[in-house]
Amino acid sequence: MAKTLMAEPPKSKPRLPNDAIAWITAAPPLARFIFRGSPEAEAAAGSAYGLAFPKALNRAASIGERGKPGARVALRIGPDELLLIVPIAEGKAVQTALETATAAHPHSLVDISDRHTGFALEGPHAADLINAGCPLDLDERAFPVGMVTRTLLHKAEIVLWRMGPTLFRVEVWRSFAPYVEALLEEAAHDFL
Amino acid sequence: MSMLRTPSGGRIDRTRALRFTFDGRLMQGHQGDTLASALIANGVHLMGRSFKYHRPRGPISAGAEEPNALVTVTRSGRSTPNLRATQIELYEGLAALSQNRWPALDFDIGAINGLISPFLGAGFYYKTFMGPKALGSNWAWTKIYEPVIRAAAGLGRAPEGPDLDRYANRFAHCDVLVIGGGDAGLTAALEASADGKASVILCDEQAEFGGWLLNSDGAWLGETLATLASRPNVRMLRRTQAFGYFAQNFVALQERLTDHLADLPEGTPRERLWQVRAGEVILATGAIERPLAFPDNDRPGIMLAGAAETYATRYGVRPGTRAAIFTACDSAYGAALALKAAGVEIAAIVDIRLKPDPALAAQALEAGIAVHSGTVITGTTGGKRVSHITIGKLQPDASVRGADQLACDFVAMSGGWVPSVHLFSQSRGKLRWDETLNAYVPNITAPGQKQRSVGACAGAFSAEMRGAFNGATPVPGDPAKVKAFVDFQNDVTARDIRLATREGMHSVEHVKRFTTTGMATDQGKTSNMNALGIVSEALGKSLPEVGLTTFRQPYTPVTFGLFAGQARGDLFDPVRKTPIHNWAVAQGAAFEDVGQWKRAHYFPQKGEDIHAATNRECRLVRGTVGIFDASTLGKIELVGPDAAEFLERVYVNNWKNLGVGRCRYGILLNEAGFVIDDGVIARLAPDRFHITTTTGGAARVFAMFEDYLQTEWPDLKVWQTSITEQYAVIAVQGPKARAVLAPLVEGINLASEAFPHMAIREGRICGVETRLFRVSFSGELGFEVNVPASQGRAVWEAIHAEAIKQGGGAYGTEAMHVLRAEKGFIIVGQETDGTMTPDDVGLGWAIGKAKTDFIGKRGLMRPDLMAAGRKQLVGLQTLDPKVVPEEGAQITAEANPAPGTAALGHVTSSYWSETCGRSIALAVIANGRARVGEVLHIPMPGGAIAVTVVAPVFYDPKGERLNG
Repeated sequence: MAKTLMAEPPKSKPRLPNDAIAWITAAPPLARFIFRGSPEAEAAAGSAYGLAFPKALNRAASIGERGKPGARVALRIGPDELLLIVPIAEGKAVQTALETATAAHPHSLVDISDRHTGFALEGPHAADLINAGCPLDLDERAFPVGMVTRTLLHKAEIVLWRMGPTLFRVEVWRSFAPYVEALLEEAAHDFL
Repeated sequence: MSMLRTPSGGRIDRTRALRFTFDGRLMQGHQGDTLASALIANGVHLMGRSFKYHRPRGPISAGAEEPNALVTVTRSGRSTPNLRATQIELYEGLAALSQNRWPALDFDIGAINGLISPFLGAGFYYKTFMGPKALGSNWAWTKIYEPVIRAAAGLGRAPEGPDLDRYANRFAHCDVLVIGGGDAGLTAALEASADGKASVILCDEQAEFGGWLLNSDGAWLGETLATLASRPNVRMLRRTQAFGYFAQNFVALQERLTDHLADLPEGTPRERLWQVRAGEVILATGAIERPLAFPDNDRPGIMLAGAAETYATRYGVRPGTRAAIFTACDSAYGAALALKAAGVEIAAIVDIRLKPDPALAAQALEAGIAVHSGTVITGTTGGKRVSHITIGKLQPDASVRGADQLACDFVAMSGGWVPSVHLFSQSRGKLRWDETLNAYVPNITAPGQKQRSVGACAGAFSAEMRGAFNGATPVPGDPAKVKAFVDFQNDVTARDIRLATREGMHSVEHVKRFTTTGMATDQGKTSNMNALGIVSEALGKSLPEVGLTTFRQPYTPVTFGLFAGQARGDLFDPVRKTPIHNWAVAQGAAFEDVGQWKRAHYFPQKGEDIHAATNRECRLVRGTVGIFDASTLGKIELVGPDAAEFLERVYVNNWKNLGVGRCRYGILLNEAGFVIDDGVIARLAPDRFHITTTTGGAARVFAMFEDYLQTEWPDLKVWQTSITEQYAVIAVQGPKARAVLAPLVEGINLASEAFPHMAIREGRICGVETRLFRVSFSGELGFEVNVPASQGRAVWEAIHAEAIKQGGGAYGTEAMHVLRAEKGFIIVGQETDGTMTPDDVGLGWAIGKAKTDFIGKRGLMRPDLMAAGRKQLVGLQTLDPKVVPEEGAQITAEANPAPGTAALGHVTSSYWSETCGRSIALAVIANGRARVGEVLHIPMPGGAIAVTVVAPVFYDPKGERLNG
């Protein structure tokens, strides 16, 4: 799955190892939901989900390994908006469990599994590549591990989640994904 | 080595010779030279021709403020005009060309402008280029004068090919941004980074940090740079120009990465744009020396004293062999001594001040340099290089007497120093006039801009920078008869500025625009203070009363490539493709751009053009079945107990009475009452709706809903989620639509009684979960299949295979447009233009009359929107059925209306209708519905087209075909 960020390696110079800059790994198919509702609905949903939703804005909560059974991700991307990501095989069960648990509380749970594609961007220059097109301060003091936000990369909206000092997870609407990946690859030329 | 090189010293690498060409002439310089210093070492001062008079010009500076020495640099297919020779770092093989000369730099035919210059004074363009009134006020200017002037004048030629280089962008944040790496900036950076925590960015426009320190051999510079480089919290950017200072400490930096390299590394960006948000900005931008405005002060060889000193000490090149020094400032004495030490003979120091510092004068005399106080240069001679000056003595009555001639091959002048406040001014800081410095200095910082100025740019001058003169120096006789240049790049003289004041330009802003002083690419870095001084003297006002013009971004010219960055070619804008896109590509579809989307326009078969393909696709839909990729439609899932209430408030229609499993066509207005979007909305459950919007309106409608939910009705328990890209949408339209879907669908009864028009059912298709709509935008029996996007291609291919079995096939957006026009269905943005109400486009029936409110209801009650005679949607049939009118064409009552007659309306849609066997058109026409049956006209260049007004439905007016 890993590939270099160099679109075309320079002809006259030896090709740099991938990990000198950063590399992109596409996410496997995943089930995704947008949950919006009152704090009571969130509380009820969190217990059914098996992972309490993060209360603080722009914070992520997760358990398990991506795509593996039981993995749960809850990203708070708005005051009343959470992006939930679970293994594709567990999507239906999770949806049913959440609807059952929150039936008494007004809320909205919408399946957006196919709205996004996701990928991981990892490497020593991962933050720099994002900063080529995203105006946020990605210093770890300002954007620590566990922070997530909806933001812009050039002209595309992305959800950006820092999973490690040099590891980011990007979620993007599917038709914008080629644009976003191509821009990150283009930006890699600045770090040759 | 050149005779003009000093034997030792300076920062050039004498062991590394570099070859370069200037106008094709091969010359040699050294690593560390700029193009200007290398040319001077080769005895070349003539580097360009002036803008208006084509006068020979050489560099007056050694830095970014250079107005004269602009050249074009070419390399491997690239050509960059208007670069300052004083900033171009020399590399092996550099090829530079002079500009604004023809046929050659030392014989330029445009110099004839100099001979007729009495007629080319300030405001000449405004006064002269008025053509015969009968041809219109602007005729002569646009047709004759401007093309001729543009051909003859101008700077370098803009490159014609695409930019071969790559440009990078970085957004960055730092605690402290220090702009300027001279003494003051380095000191500030040392302090700011001392705690090891604060992140510091230090930038400097030059190849090396140090500023004026580079003119001497102190150890402090090297030690300081080493200290800063060792601190991980400091980022040092050389060759980096801070060119724009915007709100909230946002500063734009241009870092030049490869222009100085002999071999361009492949793939590496040429420049990098830094967009920096700084906690604090420290401006350490130094000071710029001002020239003296004396007669013929623009000959090659006449330069600023500080620049002359820099060439001698930093670049190891003597600007000439014998110098005359003309000064109003102490620093030129130091320059004279430095030049003397470098082996230059000093003809004299001519000091305009009556009493220069006696100690300085004594020092000069001791070095064997004559000092003439209270003396001015009254003229210069020399063709392509200054050869003599004449000097005169200031008299008590302010006149000038005497005309002694001195031989020299260059002149070093100093009118004193001006704090470089450009960036401070860009930050909207307020300046203060400083009597002592005779200059403006930073005073009040603008709100939100945490910044401070340090060093010379703050007016903290060292002792030797004392003394300054603004304006034109006194001359014997009539000052109107001499050319004392103030703005070298735009060829503005002291006389031009005086003329402007006589013609009534009393505001400095007017003087600037009338004379163009300070408006060249150098933004008046060396000219503004002298211009102000002349205005001040001419008007008898003090300099602060005259005021100061605004400094604007960019500080120095910036390449377009830098601003474009990565947004070029395919990456200029996102190109959005549907899940079915690649199938359409494989089928050879032609595409059209709809916003950022690529949509299949038509699917040409062998030998078909757009018309033939569209006609065939229309026949498929009307005759058997067509399938269409509608995935780009905007889609919103609206959920919550108040969902119906929210829809009631935003759309004009009734929603609470819409049954579960049913759909309704919704119309969305803005508050003014005009149609802004439409689409089918389905009720999936009492508290869950699936909304569709137009393709182009998707993001706008979503943002509008979120705005209302957050700011107007936060009490409503309803939430929206965009599902535009969750679903691929496949429209299946035509009499055989049901037959196509039947073998693929599970769990949905497709029979008309069970699944009527304008209903929605959930089930499976090809084993995939689907939301199946029964809707029609063609007037035929129709369905729209919504499936998760990842399954879109597979489901499309299955449906397509069934459609082929039924004798159908795919159709594109062109056929879709024709089919809906045959039915009179509007497209928002085509039949509407932001001024149409629902009633105007024949949709008044959709409004929930009993509703107390909805967005736009009050707007609809405004008198203008209720008045009779508004434009209304109608159909048009040309009398000649083969003629297809142009969309947008105006419609009038008469075939040949008198000029100035207002149109009754215009054509909004127009097509050849294969179904009707004739052209059809939709139009909006004043009082249109009452005009059905009237013959109107569409005046066109080839003659008017006669049309009959008809109802806007051309096919199946009773809607019977919806039932298949």
